[in-house]
Amino acid sequence: MNALHLKKGSSRKSAYNLRSTLGDAIETHTLAILVDNEVGVLARVIGLFSGRGYNIESLTVAETNHTEGLSRITVVTTGTPSIIEQIKSQLGRLVPVHDVHDLTVEGPSVERELAMIKVVGKGDNRVEALRTSEVFRANVVDSTLESFVFELTGTPEKIDAFVELMRPLGLIDVARTGVAAISRGG
Amino acid sequence: MAQQMTGAKMVIQALLDQGVDTVFGYPGGAVLPIYDEIFKEKKIRHILVRHEQGATHAAEGYARSTGKPGVVLVTSGPGATNAVTGMTDALLDSVPLVVLTGQVPTFMIGSDAFQEADTVGITRPCTKHNWLVKDTNELSDILHQAFHIATNGRPGPVLIDIPKDVQFASGDYTKKDDARLHHYAPAKVGDEAAITALVELMETAQKPVFYTGGGVINSGVEACETLRALVRETNFPITSTLMGLGSYPASGEHWIGMLGMHGTYEANLTMHDCDLMINIGARFDDRITGVIDKFSPNSEKVHIDIDPSSINKVIHVDVPILGDVGTVLEQAITIWRARGSRTNATAVKTWWDQINKWRAVKCLSYEQSDKIIKPQYALERLEALTKDHPNRFITTEVGQHQMWAAQYLGFEDPKRWMTSGGLGTMGYGLPASVGVQVAHPDGLVINVAGEASWLMNMQEMGTCTQYNLPTKQFILNNERLGMVRQWQELLHGERYSQSWSEALPDFVKLAEAFGGKGIQVSDPADLDEAIMEMITYDGPVIFDCLVEKHENCLPMIPSGKAHNQMILSSSSTKDAIDADGAVMV
Ligand SMILES: Cc1cc2nc3c(=O)[nH]c(=O)nc-3n(C[C@H](O)[C@H](O)[C@H](O)COP(=O)(O)OP(=O)(O)OC[C@H]3O[C@@H](n4cnc5c(N)ncnc54)[C@H](O)[C@@H]3O)c2cc1C
Ligand SMILES: Cc1ncc(C[n+]2csc(CCOP(=O)(O)OP(=O)(O)O)c2C)c(N)n1
Repeated sequence: MNALHLKKGSSRKSAYNLRSTLGDAIETHTLAILVDNEVGVLARVIGLFSGRGYNIESLTVAETNHTEGLSRITVVTTGTPSIIEQIKSQLGRLVPVHDVHDLTVEGPSVERELAMIKVVGKGDNRVEALRTSEVFRANVVDSTLESFVFELTGTPEKIDAFVELMRPLGLIDVARTGVAAISRGG
Repeated sequence: MAQQMTGAKMVIQALLDQGVDTVFGYPGGAVLPIYDEIFKEKKIRHILVRHEQGATHAAEGYARSTGKPGVVLVTSGPGATNAVTGMTDALLDSVPLVVLTGQVPTFMIGSDAFQEADTVGITRPCTKHNWLVKDTNELSDILHQAFHIATNGRPGPVLIDIPKDVQFASGDYTKKDDARLHHYAPAKVGDEAAITALVELMETAQKPVFYTGGGVINSGVEACETLRALVRETNFPITSTLMGLGSYPASGEHWIGMLGMHGTYEANLTMHDCDLMINIGARFDDRITGVIDKFSPNSEKVHIDIDPSSINKVIHVDVPILGDVGTVLEQAITIWRARGSRTNATAVKTWWDQINKWRAVKCLSYEQSDKIIKPQYALERLEALTKDHPNRFITTEVGQHQMWAAQYLGFEDPKRWMTSGGLGTMGYGLPASVGVQVAHPDGLVINVAGEASWLMNMQEMGTCTQYNLPTKQFILNNERLGMVRQWQELLHGERYSQSWSEALPDFVKLAEAFGGKGIQVSDPADLDEAIMEMITYDGPVIFDCLVEKHENCLPMIPSGKAHNQMILSSSSTKDAIDADGAVMV
């Protein structure tokens, strides 16, 4: 069971202040969820989000500990602080969930996403695309006379920026993995 | 060396190892191997219901009245889907159930086979956990895990879907003590610092109140004992939700009645005006809080709950305590006594003076009639004539009668009151009474019903006669979907759209057709005698009590209003709910 991180409240004024949608700013949090790698576990997590009306901005999942059969699901979600707390408690009570880490509040963390971006073009556009890709340290993983597939790893913002620059240069397709995240330090 | 046996036999073996003696079920193609084992072993009592929904509610009644998990066995496809309502009901009311469903053989899954349904998919959101077992070697381990998960932490329903080939195949049987019980072990002991904070608040509070719920009953009889000691020693008032009735005796001097939408005036005003609210195993349900930002505006709030997701879900609390009610109360009372058992006694005395003024309003009084039976009167008489029975159990259906039962019947002990609170499932009461009577053959089991709810699962009367279950079906027959009609009166200008019970059966003949006894009463003067006849009859009875048709269930906090804006008498119900309130249910 995950520990409760609760701040002492303000119920003397209004018990419901903290849930008011107007009163509280929407925050974005990255959650790392350690789960038993069993059938249906992803459906359970996704069903929880859709069933209770929570948002999923991005989601990645893969087995990370083969011997113990554990997978790690990384979810980027948004909500008021009290909604985020609810999401964590609700996840924590799913039986196959071992741990829920809120990387956004548990100290500094690193977030990365991988994207593959296909750009089709000739002449100046093609040269400009290649030049920009070098600035972003993207790799060319496939090329024909008329197209490139770039592979780029970075924060979601970096990938967004690159995609925007490619758009006028002949961008035709983007594949993104979603965010993987981990805390810094030991 | 592990014992080898078929999957079907494993099911029976695991049930026996778990101490199960009774299963509620209904057979079909996909569970025949298990039924075959039941036939051969004869060690488990199988109660054949008339509909799988009935099996789940019967198992709920069994579980709530014994504290043990209820076990259900049904077939694939329609058997499983019929059980969905009962599982959802058990999930909302935290009732431990282990539901076993048959499934088409593994090699046919996904082919739209006969009576195939994606049972684990359908039931994922209405169970605490569920499994599809694809290998007989894993079956017994999962069966033991299922009991562990259903009964530990916040109790709830679990489901195991067992394909037919897995039932036929042989595999290794895992003993109960060897099962992998996972990491699933919710903490029972509460945080000392938080509990000390609670004790400090108890020492100084001027207007404290205990607000208790179903979690006290879930925690067990000892938790109720500790709660009673704490109330006695602190002299604090205590109220409870619908689900917690009986954890503190209704005859106790500190009892101020149920709280919430149809709770007492004194309980709701005490909650509204208190300066310290100690929530013990209740979940700030919307029937309790009413409009959130007007809910008990001046109190410090403490919340004891075993489920972290219950804490700060609806109401932000000042002192959250994660743990089991019984354990945490034991910790709290120990610390409080060690510090000298102090309270602000003078202030609490003044607080009681105030509460007694509210009590004097006598919010449960109603207009009596000597011509027609008032539903409240029927329940008052039922209470008077049955409360001394050493073994009385009450179940209810859903509607006005349910609220009146909560208001006019008194519960001295836990596990005597079975009602569908969270889901509000019409059709719950009759099958639940079946489960209670199975668990307590000598009990006086009464289902307080409305005629409309009762019809929803009336087929279970057959179960009563088959197994000689002398349940008493106490129907307050107002020929209306009374609760709906009441809301239409308050909210929709008395436009009674579809809220009539038309073409009702003759309940006396119906009882006889099922092999039971039917009694009808309409004159208040005959009521006592009729109730006595019902109680003394040795067998199932349908008691058709014709009552006032347009009685409103009061007091009531209209939706959209605060606790201190209750409606007390019928005269003030017109336009009681404004447009903002009307959108709420
Ligand atoms: C027509 C109708 C009208 C209703 N009107 C009212 C009304 O006026 N008043 C009213 O009270 N209700 C009313 N209800 C019922 C209401 O809908 C809720 O079901 C009820 O209020 C919930 O009760 P509870 O808060 O005790 O929670 P429960 O549903 O009983 O939940 C128990 C809580 O305790 C926790 N818990 C469980 N086990 C433990 C343990 N061992 N240790 C610690 N914590 C534990 C759980 O996590 C949960 O948070 C009505 C229902 C219907 C159908
Ligand atoms: C399965 C189901 N369907 C619909 C409802 C909505 N509902 C709540 S109370 C009620 C009327 C119940 O009528 P009755 O059983 O006669 O009881 P009364 O209110 O008249 O006492 C209805 C339709 C419900 N709670 N459950």
